[in-house]
Amino acid sequence: MDGIHDLGGTCGFGNVEVERDEPVFHEDWERRVIAINAIGISVIRAFNTDEYRHSVERMDPVHYLSATYYERMLTGIATLFVEKGVLTRDELERRAGGRFPLAHPVVHNPPDAIVASETARYGVGQAVRVRELRPAGHTRVPRYCRGKRGLIVHVARRFSFPDAAAHGRSERHEPTYHVEFTAAELWGDAAEPGSTVLVDLWESYLEQA
Amino acid sequence: MSGPRTRIPAAPAADRARALEEALSERELLPAPLMDEIARRLEHDMRPQNGAKVVARAWTDPSYRARLLADGTAACAELGYSGPQGEYIVVLENTAELHNVVVCTQCSCTAWPVLGLPPDWYKSPEYRARVVREPRRVLHEMGLDLPSDVTVRVWDTTAETRYLVLPLRPQATEGWNEERLASIVTREAMIGVARL
Repeated sequence: MDGIHDLGGTCGFGNVEVERDEPVFHEDWERRVIAINAIGISVIRAFNTDEYRHSVERMDPVHYLSATYYERMLTGIATLFVEKGVLTRDELERRAGGRFPLAHPVVHNPPDAIVASETARYGVGQAVRVRELRPAGHTRVPRYCRGKRGLIVHVARRFSFPDAAAHGRSERHEPTYHVEFTAAELWGDAAEPGSTVLVDLWESYLEQA
Repeated sequence: MSGPRTRIPAAPAADRARALEEALSERELLPAPLMDEIARRLEHDMRPQNGAKVVARAWTDPSYRARLLADGTAACAELGYSGPQGEYIVVLENTAELHNVVVCTQCSCTAWPVLGLPPDWYKSPEYRARVVREPRRVLHEMGLDLPSDVTVRVWDTTAETRYLVLPLRPQATEGWNEERLASIVTREAMIGVARL
């Protein structure tokens, strides 16, 4: 989905603020939430990592930008437990003593049309183009590189295709490629000299250039 | 039913987190010892000091350095660093001509076993939005001025590879042992927003 989470290249943000001697967690509930997330994914398998990422992406954009990382995590996993029928929003709001905002529902757009190949089709040094895919569901192709041409610098091992896994589709594995783009290819006349961007892309996101 | 845009403020995040934990615990979905164990592991076992030891070893042992650059996952595991978000680690070597910097524009992925959980600045919209488009400006604002003849490579963590930047060893450290070297390696240098 072309959502608020896909921030790369968005203008209008200020300086990056670095906190000195930052603790791992700022508040106790944050460590509880990340532990619930780990249990949800790996122990009780209530959802997978891709469903989790998509639940955060589906947050209302205003809420997404105003929430901290752990509040986004809290909102995403609470949304999934409600959507999967484990909990209800009413119960959560009663227990919280107030409003408990959740993410918006899935806009389903089956990824089956995105075809994967059986073996790695591309090799290091090869030129590829990122397909102009605009799924309404989960995807890991940043907007800023769609339609752009780059060179493969590394072939990583095969990993589960997130566009399918986030929507309960049967798991399929494909290679991911580290693709290098010149700044001029991505940013045109706004490009900084002497810099490139490398994006890690599943095979189905690419076509021959 | 109230949506996120409602004028009614949300319950404090701490109360919402407690509500979620209580509701799941009541259904016996959250074994308490496991909750504590996971939180402890994430907070205390996965630390940037682990990555610092990897870097110090690479600076002092050429054969380890070669193994680290060839297969980061195996070389980190050799020192005992593996686990969630460390399943496929690729090490990016800084040189006099090339500087690497890592970001996750869509969420906040990092190599937990060697870098620890990511800091707030890494997770901020500011960093995620800007560093792919204006890396030199962002690095300058963060205190790192790179000469114009140094190429900057920005790595967006969009799939399952997790990156570790191997910083340049400072010249004034000749003769230092591994432990002393590890003490100067920062998380920021291993993400690529600082030089040592």
